[in-house]
Order: sequence, then C-alpha cells, then structure tokens
Amino acid sequence: MGGMFKVDFSPSREWREINARYRLESSMCERCGRIYYPPRDLCPVCRRKSIGAMKTITLPRRGEIVTYSVIHAAPLKGFEGRTPYIVAIVDLGGVRIQTLLTDCEPDEIKIGDEVEAVFRRIREDGERGVIHYGTIFRPVRTPKTSVHAH
Amino acid sequence: MKNHRNGYYNPKAQFRRLITVEDVYKSPVIADPLRLLHCSPVSDGAATIILADAKTAKKYTDRPVYILACAQASDTLGLYNRKDLTTMESVVSASKVAYETARLKPKDIDFVEAHDCFTIAEIMAYEDLGFCEKGRGGKMIEEGLTEIDGEIPFNPSGGLKAKGHPVGATGVAQAVEVVLQLREEAEQRQVKGAKIGMSHNIGGTGSTAVITIYGRDV
Repeated sequence: MGGMFKVDFSPSREWREINARYRLESSMCERCGRIYYPPRDLCPVCRRKSIGAMKTITLPRRGEIVTYSVIHAAPLKGFEGRTPYIVAIVDLGGVRIQTLLTDCEPDEIKIGDEVEAVFRRIREDGERGVIHYGTIFRPVRTPKTSVHAH
Repeated sequence: MKNHRNGYYNPKAQFRRLITVEDVYKSPVIADPLRLLHCSPVSDGAATIILADAKTAKKYTDRPVYILACAQASDTLGLYNRKDLTTMESVVSASKVAYETARLKPKDIDFVEAHDCFTIAEIMAYEDLGFCEKGRGGKMIEEGLTEIDGEIPFNPSGGLKAKGHPVGATGVAQAVEVVLQLREEAEQRQVKGAKIGMSHNIGGTGSTAVITIYGRDV
C-alpha cells in the first residue's frame, strides 16, 4: 500500500458527481414532490411520467442526526487509517442522506443533535491521482441564526 | 450464541465452538454497537443442489423435496432512503408472496434457515417474516422460541454466523440444510418432525430478498 491511500474511483465519475457532493444538489420530482439525494434522472415512484419533470434543488446545509455508527473496521478503501470514524444518516429538512461526521469524538454526539455541512477532503487516489472532496457534517456547537441558501 | 450452539453439531460448519456473552463483549468493535462476534465470517465454501421437475426427480430419488414457493423482492440499497431502518421491506414483500403462493402461514412453517449476516439480521427476520410482532424479535431469542427444540427453530445449521458465509454459496447452502432437515438426515441438529422449511436470503443491505418455502411427501 505504501504511505498513500490507493483507491479506485474514476476521474470522470468524480466530475459527474461534483455538483451533488460539493453543493448538495439533489433532484425533486415535480409530479410527486419526492426529493432524491444523490440526484436521480427519473423518479422511481412516478417512473416514465417523471421524464422532464425532475428539477434540481439544493438541500439545506443544516439538519439533524437520525442515527449513526462508529466504524472501527473500515470496509472502504482509503479509510483504513482513519478509524474510528463516524457514519451517520442526517435529516436535511425531510431528506435523509448518508454522510461522515467530523470535528467531534463519538462520545460528543447523540441522535437528534443539530449538524451543519462542511467542505472537506475525503480521500486521495494515490500520489498523482484525484483528491476526492465532498460535503460532510459537523455538530453545530454555538447556536446561531442562519439563513439556508437554496 | 444459539447459532454457534447449532453449528457445534454441524460437521460442515466453519465454527464448531460454543461462545459466551462474555466472549462477545470481549471481541473487538467492528461498527458500533456490533462486535466481531455479532458478525458472520467471510468464508470459502461451495454448495450444490440438483433441480428437476417432480416427475423427473422421482426417477432419481424416492425422497424429493419440493419447492412450494420462491419469491424475490427488492428495496433501495441506501438505508437513508427507507421509511424504517428496522424493517426490510424486501423481506416483508417477498415473504408475503411466498406465503400466498404456497397457501401457508407463518404458523405452518416448521423451521427457517435465515440470513444472519449479523445477529440483528436474524432478529429482524423473525419480525419481517411474520413470526412475531414488530419489536418482539429480541424476546423470541430470550424465550428460546427459535432454538432447535423451540416453537420455530431458526438456523439449525448454525446459520451464516457459525456455519459460515461463503457469499455466493450461502443461498444454496441454505437449501441444502433445508433438504437435510426435511429428509431427517440432520443428525444431532435435526428439527423433529420437520415437514415444511423456509429459507430467507438477502443481498446488499436487504436491497434484495429471496424467500423460498420447501416441503416433502408426507
């Protein structure tokens, strides 16, 4: 393995997913109102009737922890050296996403806590490959009023 | 612990040793709250069955086992897209179709080979397959209802947990155990008087489920 993480994602896929990962862009079916993250080209409920009716929307950058697990044995390449790390399901205004939690220790969080989005380096494709960035979440420590960008 | 106890009597099991609650809590954490001994292993293994229509089967054996129903259903792969984190809708849907096809109810099933990839998966299966109400799964184990001599034995083979989990072979290995049980060839782990068996196999995170019901000549 050497010192660097060796991972197997492709630069083209990386490029395709940037809008969703960097800005939390998701897709809403205008027929039924369901929101999908990661975005989908079609609504699996409305199926062909959703053709042309999928609208891009941006999720709120604050939400709350629905559930989480502390991973001690990393199943994903590129995460071996980071254990223990926290994987959580976070509710963003009614849309649930799976994410990593950062800037906190496992004993500092609980279900229901408020979290906010932060932009971070996620993993690296070796020394010369792509650096994989994305949006993950951290606990909101100082309560303050915020305006959600849409 | 139950499945390790059953696996102890299965000569083909990967782990033929008993474990205690203490052993479980001494094992390392994998993904909190699951520890190593809550997880099935990744195994090497193979399994074979011979499939034929009933008429042809009679030419080769006088003790065929019949597939009474086999149903598959799917769900989202991502848990975050599901309504309920403690229900596998794929298992609920597939088992509903399987029960209807076989014209049977949970109370008619004599034993189940279930996909206990993690201990909680077997407990969820008790509920999703209709053997108890939602939230009662843990009690089933506590009350011993799923032991080999219990009301509805689960994983007499030792399950994925003790028999082993050679991913591609696991589903067929479940069928093999059901056949042995229905032919009363399961020796020390035999479920007494087993006439109807079920296998519960899941893929992904429960994004696919296949429920099969088997019977024998009586």
